[in-house]
Amino acid sequence: MRTILTSVITENIKEMCVKANHYLSEDMRSVLYQARKEEKTSLGRQILDQLEENLQIAGEDMIPICQDTGMAVVFMEIGQDVHFEGILLEDAINEGVRLGYKDGYLRKSVVRDPLIRENTKDNTPAVIHYEIVPGDKVKITVVPKGFGSENMSRVFMLKPADGIDGVKAAVLTAVTDAGPNACPPMVVGVGVGGTFEKCAWMAKKALTRPVDQRSGIPYVKEMEEELLDKINKTGIGPGGLGGSVTAFAVNIETYPTHIAGLPVAVNICCHVNRHVARTL
Amino acid sequence: MDKYVKAPLCDEAVKGLRAGDYVYITGTIYTARDAAHKRMDESLKKGEDLPISLHGNIIYYMGPSPAREGRIIGSAGPTTASRMDKYTAGFLDNGLKGMIGKGRRSREVVESIKKNNAVYFAAVGGAGALLSRSIISSKIIAYDDLGTEAVRELQVVNFPVIVVIDPEGNDLYEIAVKNFKENI
Repeated sequence: MRTILTSVITENIKEMCVKANHYLSEDMRSVLYQARKEEKTSLGRQILDQLEENLQIAGEDMIPICQDTGMAVVFMEIGQDVHFEGILLEDAINEGVRLGYKDGYLRKSVVRDPLIRENTKDNTPAVIHYEIVPGDKVKITVVPKGFGSENMSRVFMLKPADGIDGVKAAVLTAVTDAGPNACPPMVVGVGVGGTFEKCAWMAKKALTRPVDQRSGIPYVKEMEEELLDKINKTGIGPGGLGGSVTAFAVNIETYPTHIAGLPVAVNICCHVNRHVARTL
Repeated sequence: MDKYVKAPLCDEAVKGLRAGDYVYITGTIYTARDAAHKRMDESLKKGEDLPISLHGNIIYYMGPSPAREGRIIGSAGPTTASRMDKYTAGFLDNGLKGMIGKGRRSREVVESIKKNNAVYFAAVGGAGALLSRSIISSKIIAYDDLGTEAVRELQVVNFPVIVVIDPEGNDLYEIAVKNFKENI
């Protein structure tokens, strides 16, 4: 049994919220530079130049990459030999978000009630996903999720007979419907299988996988590559203004499902695909 | 084609804009997004005065991140325009000339843009740090209680945008995808 103070969780989440909103991970930065070399249209290249310059300014001037600093999604992978001491874990996580968004000059974009819509003024609460895993470590992943792309995400409850072609068609439908609204070039997170909520959870988690890392399942890897190729032939392009780079990656996760179902979730993220992970 | 325009916009300047033009805006523009649109729409329907004159003006669909000490504004990129579609025709009929956002607009908005000789620009979504550099002053002038969604008066210099829907109703998002498929 290992004891972790929840105050340590708060401190880490605070730092991770600020870091995620000012610096992209190495895989996201290099895929953007690569895209600039490959883009076929001049306007597309001009947009990608702006995105590169934007990243540079964000880091140098400590100004968020995007003004939509997102709703904080937090994945907690908790080793089952860990014991927490201090305030309630959920409160500790939200305190970290509150401090990060306040001290980091991040935008407060959360409303307390979805219909009454009064801003909570500190970007809490976060959306928290807990998993119990082997060991005595805690892995925290902070994903500030912007809503331009979140709003274009979809769940499709397909029939088993729809098969792999149905899954591909669903992903392409979501991406083309999203088009310029989702701030392309996008990263496309896909969850296939499980239940209604499980596939949505997998699609979100898929966005945290490095964009240069393909699925370990051969047929899924093939589907990821085929879909990326098809998406980049739609012509939507950077900013939706036409071009050959519409998506940076398609990351697909799968899970066992019911004999009667084939759930598919498509969680779209803009080019500002933010995620920071730490293991304590 | 690169063009330079002054804000507020005059009818002549708008008339010459075409989908695909790269435009640099200098002058005064106003921010308003979801909650401010809802309030202004309610005021218009009740026949009340708006906190800003719409006449000839440009609304930028934007809610910034907070400014650090000594800075003018935080990150300041566009939000998705289609959420404002419901209110847009009414604003254009009351004199609004230009909008800056990102993403597609409804058929109703396109028709209203044509009818009113107006224009819809896109700024690059997710480039809020870069775009903030073209803003030289920012002042909240209404709905302070809305936080980031308050109405701000911005002074901008060479603020970079692209014409997406021009006064003839041409839509760059449709044209660009079609051209890409034909040419590449």
